[in-house]
Amino acid sequence: MVASVTSLGRNGLYDWLIQRVTAVILASYTVFLLGYLVLSPDLTFAQWSGLFGHTAMRIFSLLALLSIGAHAWVGLWTISTDYIKPAGIRVCFQAACGVVMFAYVVWGVEILWGL
Amino acid sequence: MDNKRPVNLDLTKFSFPLPALTSIVHRVTGFALFVGLVFLMYSLDLSLESEQGFATVKEGLDHPLAKLIIWGVVSALLYHLVAGVKHLVMDMGIGETLEGGRNGALIVIAVSVVLIVLAGVWIW
Repeated sequence: MVASVTSLGRNGLYDWLIQRVTAVILASYTVFLLGYLVLSPDLTFAQWSGLFGHTAMRIFSLLALLSIGAHAWVGLWTISTDYIKPAGIRVCFQAACGVVMFAYVVWGVEILWGL
Repeated sequence: MDNKRPVNLDLTKFSFPLPALTSIVHRVTGFALFVGLVFLMYSLDLSLESEQGFATVKEGLDHPLAKLIIWGVVSALLYHLVAGVKHLVMDMGIGETLEGGRNGALIVIAVSVVLIVLAGVWIW
């Protein structure tokens, strides 16, 4: 079994499972939000902010946000280990991706809770 | 590993089978979404900030360049979603043969093209 210290789940099987679970969450969120936007052509600010004011929507959004972090980490880790051979550049790329992901999560929390 | 074996890694000379191409596009769209997310997050931030911010996003989306960017991000999202669902279907043991892999790739292309065109109609 190949294990790498930089992979999220420490081995391929956990990474595989993390990728599937987060994929299902992200697919549900995408279908819900796109569906909502398609079905509300005359969306107003009151409706829109009301939607994101619901605790359920905030939980769903935070879940999706954290899923993006984990999903993108597994995906970008896979790509970087496949295509970037020099270890130094690969670690820098992974570190940059990690910082961006962390920033997305913090930014998302700020947006959702209006901080 | 025997290092004397001949290696031909000239990508321009490769003939990629369809499932290989759909797999590469799945990766490319995944990375594109990671970058494109900044536009979605910025729009969400602005639209939830205030009534004016919401109006700014609505007006901004009338701009042809903004429409192109949002269509690009939504297209990447739709393709990535469809190709991801194919992965889940294959995890259930469906379409794991060579022929099944080819058919799966064809279905992914067909379904995502339809969805991307529909998304274009919706955005414009």
